Amino acid sequence: MTALMEVTDVGRSFGGFVALAGISAKFERNKVTAVIGPNGAGKSTFFNVLSGVLQPSTGSIRFKGQELKGLKQHRFAHLGIARSYQITNLFPELSVEENVRVAAQALKTRYDVFSHRDRYPELSQKAEAALGEVGLTHRRARRARDLAHGEQRALEIAIALVANPELLLLDEPTAGMGPEETKDMVALIERLAADRTILLVEHKMKMILGLSDRILVLHHGRLIADGTPTAVQADPEVRRVYLGQNDGYA
Amino acid sequence: MTTTDLAAGQGVAPRALPKAGAALDRWRVPLTIAVLAVLPFVLPSQALAVNVLIYGLFTVGFNLLFGYTGLLSFGHAAFFGTGAYLTGMAIAHLGFGWFPAMLTGIVGASLLSAVIGALSIRTRGIYFCMVTLALAQLVYYVALQASGWTGGENGLRGFTVAKADLIGGFSVNLLNPLAKYYFIMFFAALALWFVSRVLNSPFGAAIEAVRENETRARACGFDVERTKLLSFILSGALCGLAGTLSALHLSIVPLDALSVHTSSIVVMMTMLGGAGSFFGPFVGALVFLLIEDVASLWTTHWQLIVGIVFILFVLFLPKGIWGSLIQLTRRRRAS
Repeated sequence: MTALMEVTDVGRSFGGFVALAGISAKFERNKVTAVIGPNGAGKSTFFNVLSGVLQPSTGSIRFKGQELKGLKQHRFAHLGIARSYQITNLFPELSVEENVRVAAQALKTRYDVFSHRDRYPELSQKAEAALGEVGLTHRRARRARDLAHGEQRALEIAIALVANPELLLLDEPTAGMGPEETKDMVALIERLAADRTILLVEHKMKMILGLSDRILVLHHGRLIADGTPTAVQADPEVRRVYLGQNDGYA
Repeated sequence: MTTTDLAAGQGVAPRALPKAGAALDRWRVPLTIAVLAVLPFVLPSQALAVNVLIYGLFTVGFNLLFGYTGLLSFGHAAFFGTGAYLTGMAIAHLGFGWFPAMLTGIVGASLLSAVIGALSIRTRGIYFCMVTLALAQLVYYVALQASGWTGGENGLRGFTVAKADLIGGFSVNLLNPLAKYYFIMFFAALALWFVSRVLNSPFGAAIEAVRENETRARACGFDVERTKLLSFILSGALCGLAGTLSALHLSIVPLDALSVHTSSIVVMMTMLGGAGSFFGPFVGALVFLLIEDVASLWTTHWQLIVGIVFILFVLFLPKGIWGSLIQLTRRRRAS
């Protein structure tokens, strides 16, 4: 099966500090891959490099065969890569529906100063569909900043989904959530995984083991394991540097 | 303005807007024009009414960048002054008619805003303020030095337009204050219609997104820098238009039109009226100019009074007069 995204020997340094080094991996279509590792392992840097926030210092990233290195970040969304953020990152003063609609608009029209917004009814339809998918239709008129935390995280995902991305990067989607909200989010990710490629950073091991087809383990910016959840769980190096800290698989 | 109905009739319910607010929003251009049309009859003097019109338009242009896009420029006098100077110079030195001279002013201000915008929009916050201020000061000193063209510190004089010839043999007598007011108001109305159109457009949604959250807007696929630059240019063009109208009104362009003082009063007018509100700029311009008018009769230090009022607004009414009224209406409806 051809990989949707192929990362070859990717590294990223900040001055003399090496945050990522020699990462190579392939992400196949319609699979869920989790990226785990202790704090400071380079997970967020890896995500930022894959989503165009940071340029890789070395190596290459190919998406559907196209080299992404050197592309501006906003182009990633147009190619079919969308992401959510570790810290809730919305348009706080806009309504829930406006949040999603404006995200859909970014891929359709950006500099049209003369038409009325209503000229693009398909954007509202897309927003409606994305809100339906994450279960926020009933909140569409509410201001984003007034939503509960779990709903805000769901809205983050709706914003990413409205672009109909082929690759969805989810950065700690359950961060700050209680057990009930986490359960809802896991169910949502499971639904999304049916026909999308998902790359996920999480700390909740039980959730990762249940959701993922494959796990990458980072430590000090290097890839120390890459395999199925069962294989990664049994890896002595992984147990030593990471899983030992998560005995309860919280 | 984040209250714009995005999806009426498109299957997705719009944000619950108070009815009064929605009506104000829908009819904002005709309502604003109607208020402006009666200003000469309700204000103490027609001179004050013209100033409210011109400075209100200047503030509308500034508000597009500050209130709607979230970029605080301290150099917008550069565009107002350039519009005024180029209009005056085109008439005085090149013998242009009033309309080509106006176009010269607007195009010149737009080009200048493209240059200053391209140099400044990559910076943020205080750095953006400082870069725009520094570049505007550069324009000020160029005008001061090029005294053969600009009149230097005495300002540009000698280009009175007594009559504006229109198509079809009609003309407007600009020596008649009321006729001149409505002549200027015609262009202000066109500008208001244009701004309203921009705010309702997909680009209007894009600048809202950039103002609300640059990081998220970029991740969604907006080219944030280009969006800001286009907003900067549109803002500069509108301020340039206000400058051209000021030149036609006064028949003189004082060097002060390019000064940091002019850059700061447009910030104050915006804050007094309400940043990010459509009618706020005219309210801000009216309040500022009224305070100036009244306070300058009592004391030569009238700026002190304006300063105190401004500080009180920033501390206790940060949304400005019109912005606070809108907020109050919404709260009442919500409760």
